[in-house]
Amino acid sequence: MGNTLFDKIWDAHVVTQIEGGPSVVYIDRHLVHEVTSPQAFAGLDKRGIKAFRPQNTVATPDHNVPTVDQHIQIKDILSRTQIEKLTENTKNHGINHYGLGHPYNGIVHVIGPELGLTQPAMTIVCGDSHTSTHGAFGSVAFGIGTSEVEMVLATQCIMQPKPKKMRINVEGKLGKGVTAKDVILYIISKISASGGTGYFIEYAGSAFRNLSMEGRMTVCNMSIEMGARGGLIAPDEVTFEYVKGREFAPKGEEWEKKLAYWKTLKTDQDAKFDLELNYSAADIEPQITYGTNPGMGLGITQSIPAIDSIEESNKITFEKALKYMGFEAGSPMIGKKVDYVFVGSCTNGRIEDLRAFASFVKGKKKAKDVVAWIVPGSRQVEKQALAEGIDQTLKAAGFELRQPGCSACLAMNDDKVPEGLYAVSTSNRNFEGRQGPGARTLLASPLTAAAAAITGKVTDPRDFL
Amino acid sequence: MAIDKFTTVSSTVVPLPVENVDTDQIIPARFLKATTRDGFGDNLFRDWRYDKSNQPIINFVLNNAKYSGKILAAGKNFGSGSSREHAAWAIHDYGFKVVVSSFFADIFKNNALNNGVLPVQVSSGFLAKIFMEVEADPKTELEISLENQKITIKKTGESESFEINSYKKECLINGFDDIDYLLSIKDKIIAFEENRKF
Repeated sequence: MGNTLFDKIWDAHVVTQIEGGPSVVYIDRHLVHEVTSPQAFAGLDKRGIKAFRPQNTVATPDHNVPTVDQHIQIKDILSRTQIEKLTENTKNHGINHYGLGHPYNGIVHVIGPELGLTQPAMTIVCGDSHTSTHGAFGSVAFGIGTSEVEMVLATQCIMQPKPKKMRINVEGKLGKGVTAKDVILYIISKISASGGTGYFIEYAGSAFRNLSMEGRMTVCNMSIEMGARGGLIAPDEVTFEYVKGREFAPKGEEWEKKLAYWKTLKTDQDAKFDLELNYSAADIEPQITYGTNPGMGLGITQSIPAIDSIEESNKITFEKALKYMGFEAGSPMIGKKVDYVFVGSCTNGRIEDLRAFASFVKGKKKAKDVVAWIVPGSRQVEKQALAEGIDQTLKAAGFELRQPGCSACLAMNDDKVPEGLYAVSTSNRNFEGRQGPGARTLLASPLTAAAAAITGKVTDPRDFL
Repeated sequence: MAIDKFTTVSSTVVPLPVENVDTDQIIPARFLKATTRDGFGDNLFRDWRYDKSNQPIINFVLNNAKYSGKILAAGKNFGSGSSREHAAWAIHDYGFKVVVSSFFADIFKNNALNNGVLPVQVSSGFLAKIFMEVEADPKTELEISLENQKITIKKTGESESFEINSYKKECLINGFDDIDYLLSIKDKIIAFEENRKF
């Protein structure tokens, strides 16, 4: 029997297999940010050891950083301390660090790919669940806890049981106004916020093959939102073209050798998955969430389910979510009031996302009462946006481009949505309080966010296309 | 560095029959700014536990004097979302040794085990029984034997076995941590690096 792409990469990284226990897995690339690392570095210091392979780790602050006035000292003392701690720890351990203001600074999952640190066939980890993003390159990438961050720093390995394998096939052409974000929100709404738990997913089929690398990253990014450890897409010419020539990508002879290997990375015809799901691209319309986990989503023209249609065991959770959101069961999504719009995050903070938003709002005006935060995923994305005049397009429509960071995705900085207000966000989580205590989040694509920003209401972006 | 040794736990239960309890609820992001592992228990379930003016919300279970103990029982898909180990630290720091649910998110499960907190996965039927017994009598005790991989409702004697891999079981019983093990096989790791083709 053949092997899946995931098997091939995972198995090539197993240092040793513990009987009746986890595999010891070698990690090629380790990304570090300020929030989940200080306790790991403290652990190393306590043991009196240094980072084992510091050249395989790259660090950058992103979660805490303000998205305005990054040139002045951060006001919040705790945030500042955490960011200073990262500078100090990386210096002590000889780790590459792109601090605030560095041209390579940005959200870890945005800078990894744009610097060519992310490559096919790699194992990639980070103390952040959205590490699954890097699976877009045909790598095995997943989030880990701080104890595991310490393991990787100390030994370049982690210990994990091999996950089960799932393949999700989406065939066909996406409709007008339907984006990568809609595809993944659609899948999560079908299999629920826990449907992928225990699995590593391979996304296959023409709908994924036809996506850009940015779109593929959006898809893989949200694998964790169905509980999966990660998700990957077989590398192809689109992948190789993206990686080639980037700062840390292999060069010359090394590139040719790697490329020849990467081209072999495909799931064998006769490989077996523990679960295989099939969807049709034609069934997917722009999506939006109505509840408090990413599985509570639907097509934008649909209505929130009626209470009778909810399974008995799920009723308490469903009603709790609607109460939090201030929504009625059975009510339509279109027309619901929107107070805030957030475009950014490791899910949709790349140049393609800013382009999509800007081209939609071009020549239109932001709704007066809407507060909009447009946050590039990295300094390089910001630079590119300025070079393309995206900032000017935004300005003319009543928007401004902020400085890069995780921002309102998890509201660790000042970008918090006030209690009770509604935000259409291009980020990845609509959990209670995720965007600030009491904030109500509706997840959607940059196009749907743009439509909401113009009308001040949940609006089908296709009405404008 | 050793973690707490895990022996048999016998305790009353704090019931939280809510599904999909994500790690943002267990410990909201704004409390992740610390640089040590201590003190997260004070903010465990912060926004369900305290209102805007930091007053306890009376009907939340941690504020209900009827319920206490070293065991948290929660609805399915516990610990979903963010990989923040702070969620496991908060649960440990608050005093829980065991979390019982019918389904755990993967990253949380690993994080809990790495901190000496045992995630016990039971059938949804058994979980419903636990909630029922505890609601009828908050003094209901559960016994969790790691050695026998068995969870028992002491009053009724009903029990169920649970899964844990033998490596992790041994680590918990002896208080070993993974880093000690990995450091001990460094030669193998170096040999792997030297022999790999790609």
